[in-house]
Amino acid sequence: MSRKVIQITNLGKQYRLGQVGTTTLGDDLKRWWYKIKGKEDPFLKIGDENDRTKKGNSEYVWALKDISFDVNQGDVLGIVGKNGAGKSTLLKILSRTTSPTVGEYKIKGRVASLLEVGTGFHPDLTGRENVFLNGAILGMTKAEIRKNFDEIIDFSGVERYIDTPVKRYSSGMYVRLAFAVAAHLKPEILIVDEVLSVGDQEFQDKCLGKMRSVSESGRTVLFVSHNLLAVKQLCTTGIYLKNGRLQKSGTTRDIVEEYLNDDKQLNSDGTIPADFYREHSTGDAFFRKILLTDLNDNPLTRLAFNQPFKVKLVLEALKQIKGVAINVNITTSLGEPIVFSVDTKDSKYITHTFDEGLHEVEVLFDFKLLPNNYRITIGVHYFSDGITIDWLENIYQFKVDKISYNTNEDYPWDALHGYIEPESTWKYKKL
Amino acid sequence: MSNNERNNQDWDIIVKPKSTLFHLNLKEVWAYKDLILLMVKRDLTSVYKQTVLGPLWIFIQPIFITAIYTFTFSESAGLSTDGIPPILFYLIGQTFWVYFADCLNKTSNTFISNASVFGKVYFPRLVMPISVIISGLVKLSLQIILLLAVYLFFYFKTNQIEPQWAYLILIPVLIVIMGIFSLSLGIIFSSFTTKYRDFTFLLGFAIQLLMFLSFVTFPASMFSPLKQSFLMCNPIATIMEAIKYILTGHGIFSIEYLLLSLITTIFLFFFSVIIFNKTEKSFMDTV
Repeated sequence: MSRKVIQITNLGKQYRLGQVGTTTLGDDLKRWWYKIKGKEDPFLKIGDENDRTKKGNSEYVWALKDISFDVNQGDVLGIVGKNGAGKSTLLKILSRTTSPTVGEYKIKGRVASLLEVGTGFHPDLTGRENVFLNGAILGMTKAEIRKNFDEIIDFSGVERYIDTPVKRYSSGMYVRLAFAVAAHLKPEILIVDEVLSVGDQEFQDKCLGKMRSVSESGRTVLFVSHNLLAVKQLCTTGIYLKNGRLQKSGTTRDIVEEYLNDDKQLNSDGTIPADFYREHSTGDAFFRKILLTDLNDNPLTRLAFNQPFKVKLVLEALKQIKGVAINVNITTSLGEPIVFSVDTKDSKYITHTFDEGLHEVEVLFDFKLLPNNYRITIGVHYFSDGITIDWLENIYQFKVDKISYNTNEDYPWDALHGYIEPESTWKYKKL
Repeated sequence: MSNNERNNQDWDIIVKPKSTLFHLNLKEVWAYKDLILLMVKRDLTSVYKQTVLGPLWIFIQPIFITAIYTFTFSESAGLSTDGIPPILFYLIGQTFWVYFADCLNKTSNTFISNASVFGKVYFPRLVMPISVIISGLVKLSLQIILLLAVYLFFYFKTNQIEPQWAYLILIPVLIVIMGIFSLSLGIIFSSFTTKYRDFTFLLGFAIQLLMFLSFVTFPASMFSPLKQSFLMCNPIATIMEAIKYILTGHGIFSIEYLLLSLITTIFLFFFSVIIFNKTEKSFMDTV
């Protein structure tokens, strides 16, 4: 069995809402008074669960509570959860930039945290000087940096500008150089928070590759990202945080599925619960219902192979909304988009106007989905400026079976191969 | 893996909500010595980027201040300089005072000005104030060269200067005490300012006022013995007078008061360590 390198026990972090950090002067005094009397801190007993959408009773909130898990050497642990679930707080505590309120953790080995790239870069210093400074901040010795210097410059691709102050750099060059330093750290444990969301595609791929090689060399990585695809590709295990608590830990696939399934419980008639979590919303209009039906309007949760289907939406406009476009995306079970359909396309970019009230929108799909699991994401936007009025991600899930719909051309293979069967014409000729 | 075995694993880092009061962890600071050196280098070089005169500013500043002080305090106001040539008197005073004031000012901003770095990466927080003190020392030693030149000029030109050779060795010790005193004060202030910004305002004018109580612009001999005994409780005042005495033979050199300064400094230092340790762990939540 591989060695434990991180052990976390009952970790918790409490914050006070409002103006000043974790306490007020008055509460400080009370705390101090309890301490003198030898009693337990009175404020640790109270505190709401961390759910920002609901109004709480207490001004103390647990950003993290009762977190316990272990990480073994060589694990690449993905941490997923919605905004505000406590991911960053957890990383901050593990990278020792803040301390827990309760609980403890133990770490074996050198830790480097990349909560941001370019920490401590001084705009007036040259690239070369900043590489040394940044490296030292991240915990490298001067000798180590000197040894890796050429490699760092090579990786960053800014060799020509290395003796120019970094304030003259383009933001891309800045990030490249900063990441290059970080990438050449040789820690036993690397903590990474979404730093990959910067830079162009080529550079992002480079970064992902670098992280992969870090993990392959037997080092341990903790990785937070909203990019589920990256989490799935890179990570071996994962944890799912919800409202500051550990909802689930396990293999990456289980975690990602659980994350996507959670909270997406619709009523059987397809009604979207009123308190449903919405990624973006202006409040002008809300989707109230979503159903997948066959051509005769019978609701379905699984489709037969080759079966045409309709997606029916009910949109409630709270006021008249003009110039809007509605989209229906079909994604894989892990949320990667595969089909994007928008209603303005068919009508040659003519947008719609919805009066105040309820409207039914129906879209007929006529293409072949291969047997697999799918999800639907829906959105409504103002077409001219792209502002999203309502957006529900991965709201509906359905399955496509191997059994054929109306012919006997069942899906013949054991394995699942991709998602879409295109119209294709094959020709043969003897040569 | 059995429980027993797990407990036996030797962990490198164990983090709990509370730690001991005097846990300074100097070993960890030592491991980051390269960072301290680079920070010192950064402090010294980044300030003079895009300047024509560059490090010459280190010398220009004391020259101007001395000139102005000589004009206002000595020429216009006619304050005594204890028998020391006015230019030398003010140059000595301001060279050491600026060292103290600079260090105090910068260390008192430790947490706030480095919040963006501290919030993202862990390294021993003490690295920052220590590097400030060291870069202050480097600046001071350059300014001492200037002081030495002026000093030698007056030494050979006049016969007002009687250096106390026997005590000369004490000067570096006094500088170190000043450094630790400013470090301790600065750390205490920086810890308070993370939560209560009021202290920034307080410190802003307190340093200015303290200068007038530290015998930088006029000598202790101007005061009655009773007032002197109050004023000499200020470690900086005591040290300032002692330095002047050692260099020129004019001033008050009192072992009792120097010992008091030393004790005050040591006491303050331990107090600052306690405060610093408490703040270091969770200041990100309050800053």
